[in-house]
Amino acid sequence: MATTVSNLKTTANRARTAAVAKHVGLLAVLLVLLYPLAWLLATSLKPADEVLTSLKLLPSHLEWSNYTTALDGISGVSVTRLLLNSLLISVGSVIGNVISCSLAAYAFARLRFRMRGPMFGFMIATMMLPHHAVLIPQYIIFNKLGMVDTYWPLILPKFLATEAFFVFLIVQFMRGLPRELDEAARIDGCGPFRIFWSVVLPLTRPALITTAIFTFIWSWNDFFTQLIYLFDPEKFTITLALRNFVDQSSTSAYGPMFAMSVISIVPIVLFFFAFQRYLVQGMATSGLKG
Amino acid sequence: MTTTATRPPATTTPETPRERRAHRQRSGPAYVFLSPWILGVVLLTLAPMAVSLYLSFTDYDLFDPPKWVGLRNYSDMFTADPRYWRSVGTTLLYVVVAVPLKLALALGVALLLRGTRRAKGFYRSAFYAPSLLGASMSIALVWRALYNDGGTVDELLSSVGIHTGGWVSDPHLAVFVVALLSAWQFGAPMVIFLAGLQQIPADLYEAAALDGAGPWRRFVSVTLPMLSPVVFFNLVLETIQSFQVFTPAYAISGGNGGPADSTEFYTLYLYERGFSASHMGYASAMAWVLLLAIGAVTLILFRTSRSWVFYANEGA
Repeated sequence: MATTVSNLKTTANRARTAAVAKHVGLLAVLLVLLYPLAWLLATSLKPADEVLTSLKLLPSHLEWSNYTTALDGISGVSVTRLLLNSLLISVGSVIGNVISCSLAAYAFARLRFRMRGPMFGFMIATMMLPHHAVLIPQYIIFNKLGMVDTYWPLILPKFLATEAFFVFLIVQFMRGLPRELDEAARIDGCGPFRIFWSVVLPLTRPALITTAIFTFIWSWNDFFTQLIYLFDPEKFTITLALRNFVDQSSTSAYGPMFAMSVISIVPIVLFFFAFQRYLVQGMATSGLKG
Repeated sequence: MTTTATRPPATTTPETPRERRAHRQRSGPAYVFLSPWILGVVLLTLAPMAVSLYLSFTDYDLFDPPKWVGLRNYSDMFTADPRYWRSVGTTLLYVVVAVPLKLALALGVALLLRGTRRAKGFYRSAFYAPSLLGASMSIALVWRALYNDGGTVDELLSSVGIHTGGWVSDPHLAVFVVALLSAWQFGAPMVIFLAGLQQIPADLYEAAALDGAGPWRRFVSVTLPMLSPVVFFNLVLETIQSFQVFTPAYAISGGNGGPADSTEFYTLYLYERGFSASHMGYASAMAWVLLLAIGAVTLILFRTSRSWVFYANEGA
């Protein structure tokens, strides 16, 4: 009897040791992982002479002037303006994606029509299509339409459901909704539009939120498309403004440069904290990438 | 056809004209819902792909009309452009290093997290955070600074006697900075691995334990085969995305593929040819080769998957 109890104790102890070791391991990985973010924040507040001479993470005093310099923006365009430009593109993209992708998804998930199978297969295939394959002709089209150096090439495609990822995500979600609801509404005399608007769409909210969050963050982070289409500094986004620092190898500008970097990721961080529950769930269920 | 409950499946062909009309009436609303998507497919995907294929056989600088040159862009690319092959090599090296590293980290941490009860949500979110930030210009600039001459990583390595002089300025090492930045974002595939791990029935592990299988054996004989479809999914997605890496390559190379063209990734060179040098025809040819290459790699992955991906319930 005594031996059994001590055996149990040993087992329990061993399990506890294993759990502690696991947490230590996880926290160690996390520390390495989050170090660059801590470094970014610390460097944005460092005086210029401490950036290189000191390996210490924390600055000796907080150099807020880095932020006042950053707020001036670049080439006469203030950071407020840059942020508003980014916001305009991101919000426009969110509206476009939520509307166009939910419309297409409803058709694929609930309606019957000719060529449904092939069209669905094609939609899936476009998820794999590299952006670069259509980039140049799209540029030529927008150039012919006089839309280069406007926000249209960045926002308009979203209203045409070009990001098939989100169509697929919403289809998967709608397929999980009970069909009995549609049937009941149909028996009550609702047409497909009424069913979509009053029955299916409200229930699809979680998938729409996931779509909105990812669209916002992706458009906010986007660089390539903005680089190609935007030339006027007045129309620059915060990402394009940061590009000005890319070819500078001197460390003297580190303070203001990383202050601006911090400012540029604040909206993403806020989004992340506000919606992290939806985000990670959405990721796991759809297999979407960030 | 009188009640909604007995509607035929979509594949059934309508027999009578009346039924055919009814079918068409039912298709109508669907096409209304689909119209933005169809417009997008035609105007922004299919037509551009066709135009891009045509342009790839021409000389085109956006101003003068395209001039037909046959296969010259392709033959120049393959036989007379060392920069092209350099960019292919850089990109392949990057894919081969970044994708396995990222997936190994994702799987390793997912396995650690699986049995964790405390603070699981916190860990999941914290590990996931880099995946949201990693594509931004800010973080690319941070990595450039960390791996620069005198940056934190350089100093750390120097303190243990390894002197690199900064990875960013070393033509042999710069590409690995981009790869490490990609690996840093392992949270996204990790979340998918976690979801996959939850699907594995616990009784499989109980049965294996009863048969005397240790932790390693259970991992190899239960976890890996059961998880192989998820591994495959992540592998395909990450590979396709890695071929298209742009922002970090742009930032870490200083915007020009440096040092010594060592970080001139395929997409960077494509951008340079098309938008800086205005050789739209050449860039279109490059885009089509990229498309075909990604298609070929995906096809190869699918082919090999038959021998290592295990589906527990075939046909489901």
